[in-house]
Amino acid sequence: MSKKVAYCAILIALAMIFSYVEAVIPVNFGIPGIKLGVANIVVVVGLYIIKAREVFVISVIRIILVGILFGNVMSILYSLAGGILSLIVMLLMKKMKGFSIVGVSIAGGVSHNVGQLAVAIAVVENLKLIAYIPVLLIAGAITGFIIGILSSKIVPVMKKEVEKVV
Amino acid sequence: MKKKDIILGITIIIIGLILMFVMKLYNNSQGDEVIIKVDGKIYGKYSLDKNQEIEIDTEYGHNTVCIENRKAYMKEADCPDGYCKHQGHISKGNQTIVCLPHKLVVEIKVNDKSSGDNAKLGNNNVSKDNDSEDELIPDAIVK
Repeated sequence: MSKKVAYCAILIALAMIFSYVEAVIPVNFGIPGIKLGVANIVVVVGLYIIKAREVFVISVIRIILVGILFGNVMSILYSLAGGILSLIVMLLMKKMKGFSIVGVSIAGGVSHNVGQLAVAIAVVENLKLIAYIPVLLIAGAITGFIIGILSSKIVPVMKKEVEKVV
Repeated sequence: MKKKDIILGITIIIIGLILMFVMKLYNNSQGDEVIIKVDGKIYGKYSLDKNQEIEIDTEYGHNTVCIENRKAYMKEADCPDGYCKHQGHISKGNQTIVCLPHKLVVEIKVNDKSSGDNAKLGNNNVSKDNDSEDELIPDAIVK
């Protein structure tokens, strides 16, 4: 149990550092508001090395802590919507046959953006924002692909280490 | 990486591109009016013909929308992310500027061209069609 708490804490800290680094040095995609979401590497890798509910806890705690430190209530709300939706979609995708971590990550990236847009539409109460869906789909697929490729390199290494510890 | 991953990625990108193309065609005529909405409610309507600066002060914060040469853009905003200032100049019926932290949306409204104040735009039928659709969307949302 204490080992579990320890490595969850380490992963939360890692995800927070990723969020912070990305906030300080943003990877610019040329579109305002679109970012790579490096912290999601922790979530995607987590899906393959630890239990789903631990990933859920890591994801939610990271979002709330990063929101308190660098954002505000609204940014927590957007991130939670995207984070939880993408986690559910990724868990379902992982159960489906034929997809590797890259496909799971692509689905996660896209659903993350869709979740955030849904909250944005609810917040400004304006359906015209649906016009952003094409660019968000494409951006989600591309960022999800990049995160997926990175994660596929990390998982084999991490798996060995986690097995040693747990 | 598996074959299905690539199919998934490419399918999503193609769907995105098709939607992008469709939305570019839909309601893309030159607009006449700028409608600023806060919280889904209309804050004000301003003609695109007149160059002006619109100061918007709400409980959420301050924005300055500027209309210049029949185009509207976000000149100033004290929102934390500042994304609204980077969304460029808008002038067509399908374009918006969104400032999420301030719950503010700048929309362009295309008026009925049959009144004829903007002859250079040509195809009246298309504009009319777009107009009626344009009317439907905001009305359904504004509570």
